[in-house]
Formats: sequence, structure tokens, C-alpha cells
Amino acid sequence: MNAKDVPHQGSFRSSLYLFIILMIIWLVLTNSLKTEELLSGLIISLLLTHFLSANYRELGLPRLRLKRAANFIAYVFVLLSEIIKANFDVAYRVLHPKMPIRPGIIIIKTSLKQDIAKVILANSITLTPGTFTLDIKDDALLIHWINVKSEEEGEAAKRISERFEKYLKVVFE
Amino acid sequence: MEFFGMVITGIGVLFLLLGNFGILRLPDVYNRIQAGTKCTTFGTFFTIVGIGFLEPEWLWKCILIALFVLITNPISSHAIARASVKIGVPLCDKSVVDKTKEFEEKEEA
Repeated sequence: MNAKDVPHQGSFRSSLYLFIILMIIWLVLTNSLKTEELLSGLIISLLLTHFLSANYRELGLPRLRLKRAANFIAYVFVLLSEIIKANFDVAYRVLHPKMPIRPGIIIIKTSLKQDIAKVILANSITLTPGTFTLDIKDDALLIHWINVKSEEEGEAAKRISERFEKYLKVVFE
Repeated sequence: MEFFGMVITGIGVLFLLLGNFGILRLPDVYNRIQAGTKCTTFGTFFTIVGIGFLEPEWLWKCILIALFVLITNPISSHAIARASVKIGVPLCDKSVVDKTKEFEEKEEA
């Protein structure tokens, strides 16, 4: 995907976000509010922001909006519930004496355009019950499914990716 | 607090054990990666957060580490799986469908 198509946020604003994230990580890691700790964290965060902000902007993260943030939080909750389901699902399949598996490799299509959105979708699919992403090419995802319920692209996409896509679409468009 | 931490760590270890069972019992690379990814996500997450509860000073650090594991775990499994597809590791006999060829034939834009 061409970097020019991505709606860039202001260079200063994106640097500021990156700086805040780095600073929070520093505070969590050092776990103290001493002046010298804060000062060294400030310097390191500023240096890293200076060197990394170009890469960070290339990700094409969208502007922060209330609607986007709300959808992202909803997405995180859906993801967490899916992770819990996934673990019990795999545990069940492993412990069952007959191992009820019906594995296969299928293709699904995604309507997401941005690379970062596709990466998040692929990672989510990996964390959800019975599926993980093998490869991505443009809008097609190659997916291994431990219990194939449908070989047809549309039907499979409905069962696997739709629940994430509807949130990610709002977040990234 | 200490008891709570022990319970959480225990749950984590239990899921790691289940993941190991999965790796031993399931038939081929891809299915094993399924067990390896899913159970370790839960397993490591709970083990690390549980340690955080046992040692309250480390709690935030532990949560940060757990989040990093949560984000990077799928990536490593994806890398292994993709390599397996590229060198043509076969699927097990139980498999019902394999669209790898169809996927490889797609043109890279």
C-alpha cells in the first residue's frame, strides 16, 4: 500500500503520542518518581521520539476520535472474550480422548485497506478459537482452521473475521 | 493477595501444561502451533500476572511484560507457520481442505 494514501496526522501530534507512550513505559519500568529517574526518562524518551517518529507516522495511525477510541475499546473486549474461549476450546480438543479435530487450510478475504489494520486482524485471528493466520497477500488471508465448518470464502469469513472487522473498520477509516 | 496470586499462577501453569499435551497429541505442525499459541498466550499471561500479585512491587512491570507477550506471541507462531507452508510441510491425513496452492498462484500486486 502506498504511504501517500494514508491520512497522516500532524507530525507534531503523532510525535507527542509516541512520546507519551514511551514515557508511560519508562514510568512503569522504573516504578519511581525521583527527579533523576524522571529526567533520564525524559531525555531517553525525547531521543527515541526524535529517531522513531518517522517510522511511527508511516504506520498510518488515524487521528484520535471519540468514536474510534470507543470502538477500539469494544474491540479489545471482544478480543479478550475470544482469547478465553480459544483457550478452553483448545484445552477441550486436546483432552478429549478422540480429539475432535477437522483441520484444513482455507482462504478468506478482508475488506480492510491499511497494513496496520490487516496486521491487527491477522493477530486477532491467531488468538481466536481454532484459527491462525499463515500468510497475507493483498486482501487474501491464508488461514489454518482446526475445525473446518465451511470451505467457501464468504461463509468462512463470516465465522472467523467479521466480528473483528466491523470494529477495525470504524477505527481505521 | 498472596493466595490470589498463587491461584492465578496455578491457572497459568495448568494452561501451559495443557498446551504441552496439545503439542504431544496433535498430529501435524499446524495443529501443534494451534495448541502452542493459544495455551501459551493464556498460560504465560496468567503466570506472569500471578507473579505480579505475589510480589506487588512488580505488578505493573509484570502487566507490561504480559501485554508485550500478548502482542508478540501471534507473530512468532505466524513466522513458524509461514515457513512451514513455504517449505511445504504436509498436512495430516485428517485434513479436509487445503487451499495453499490456490493462494500461492495469486499474483502479488
